[in-house]
Amino acid sequence: MLVLEAVSYRYAGAERPAIRQVSLTLDKGEVLGVVGPSEAGKTTLCLVASGLAPRAIRGAMDGRVLLDGADTTALPMHEMAARAGICFQHPQTQISGICGTVFEEIAFGPMNLGLQRDDVVVRTWDALDVLGITALAERDPMQLSGGQMQLVAIGGLLALRPAHLILDEPTAQLDPGGTRLVGECLARLAAGGASILITEQKTDLLERICGRVVVLEKGGIVAAGPTDEVLAAAGLAAMGVAAPSRVRVRRALAGAGFGDGAIMDALH
Amino acid sequence: MVGPITLLATAVVLPAAAAGVLRRLLRTSMVLSLPIGISALLVNLFFFPGGSEVLLRLGPVTATREGLELALQVLARILAISGAITLFYLTTRPAELVVDLERRGVSPRLAFVANASVQTVPAMVDRASAIIAAQRARGLDTEGSIAQRARGLVPIVGPVIMGSIAEVEQRTMALEARGFTRPGRRTLLWHPADTGAERVARWLLVLTVPALLVARSAGWLDLLG
Repeated sequence: MLVLEAVSYRYAGAERPAIRQVSLTLDKGEVLGVVGPSEAGKTTLCLVASGLAPRAIRGAMDGRVLLDGADTTALPMHEMAARAGICFQHPQTQISGICGTVFEEIAFGPMNLGLQRDDVVVRTWDALDVLGITALAERDPMQLSGGQMQLVAIGGLLALRPAHLILDEPTAQLDPGGTRLVGECLARLAAGGASILITEQKTDLLERICGRVVVLEKGGIVAAGPTDEVLAAAGLAAMGVAAPSRVRVRRALAGAGFGDGAIMDALH
Repeated sequence: MVGPITLLATAVVLPAAAAGVLRRLLRTSMVLSLPIGISALLVNLFFFPGGSEVLLRLGPVTATREGLELALQVLARILAISGAITLFYLTTRPAELVVDLERRGVSPRLAFVANASVQTVPAMVDRASAIIAAQRARGLDTEGSIAQRARGLVPIVGPVIMGSIAEVEQRTMALEARGFTRPGRRTLLWHPADTGAERVARWLLVLTVPALLVARSAGWLDLLG
């Protein structure tokens, strides 16, 4: 279980903290979504949860990040990497750039951890299997499409077998095809019991895979609850976050005079 | 003359032929050596002091036989050196070299830098193409006079470099997120084979150098000319 306890984080040189007094819990097997306008602190939240802030990113942190009840402050970055894997928006910068094949790219993490070679190989094949990209094993990672590259990046994390996956707008830089590819894969992971924290602007994706959603605005949590409730709330559009298509269609129909009943059933 | 030519034959030409790269080696080596080879030839041929047997007179300069001998000797040495470098370059795959170095104890960080440097070039070329297209869409002149095109370099080179630098933070975070900062050696999936014969050959090569130095200073090699 990943817990953030009243975490505030201020980047070095910044006047105000990027997130203030944020508390949240990610249970084992839970998929938690985070929405909010730009500059709300979603990326900072991901960096703090994964341990990159303040280890790799200089800044001041208040509050605690706990993994299964234990404070993570003393854990070095490579130990955090094995517990909470983080994936970013841009597939190209997550590919190490030194691996000639997708297989080696996914094996990169376990290799860094110094595991036994057989273990590295098993983990890599497992990750390829789970993501359904075994066919890409011999390909050059730099020659893949955006969606495929993002899957390889996620595969590289899965090979570390972290207890939690943290995804910071994983489909932001992808075309619709890539978004669909990654979305389907995340849905499979979620159905398989993975523990995922995902920030996204594409609320359709969150609606599909998240059990709970948290709304972040100006560094603080302003709403939290079951996905359907939070994403259908009226104030979301005012913040600049588009509601899921289903919600927008329902509102449009309601505005045109079509009430509940048969149409709602059809939408569900 | 005997020395450099023997060296060329045994240490460069024969291994190149065995590796199947002889033609490429001769071509590349010749091209590389051409400028310095020609200047060395001409300088030594025509300006050798104290040469007695005259071969050719061209105005104020004279070509002598001693000059020709020295010129050919220098040329042979140049070819031996450039041939050896070219042979190394043609028969070594960077990825294999780096993996082997890492296996023998080079830090994974250095190995990463070595590998990444090779990969950076194609990535930068791709980025530069995209930037050129973007700037042309904004009116950059890429077909005008040399002066105009030279001025156009700044709006291309600037973004290429800035883009690469801006990426560094993202790349660093991605590497750390995959445990790159763990101290110590990392597991290697494979390494190039190192047979007993290769090891013997390596040691022979290493020992040949001091042996030749000793022979040289003892004067044994002077008999060969």
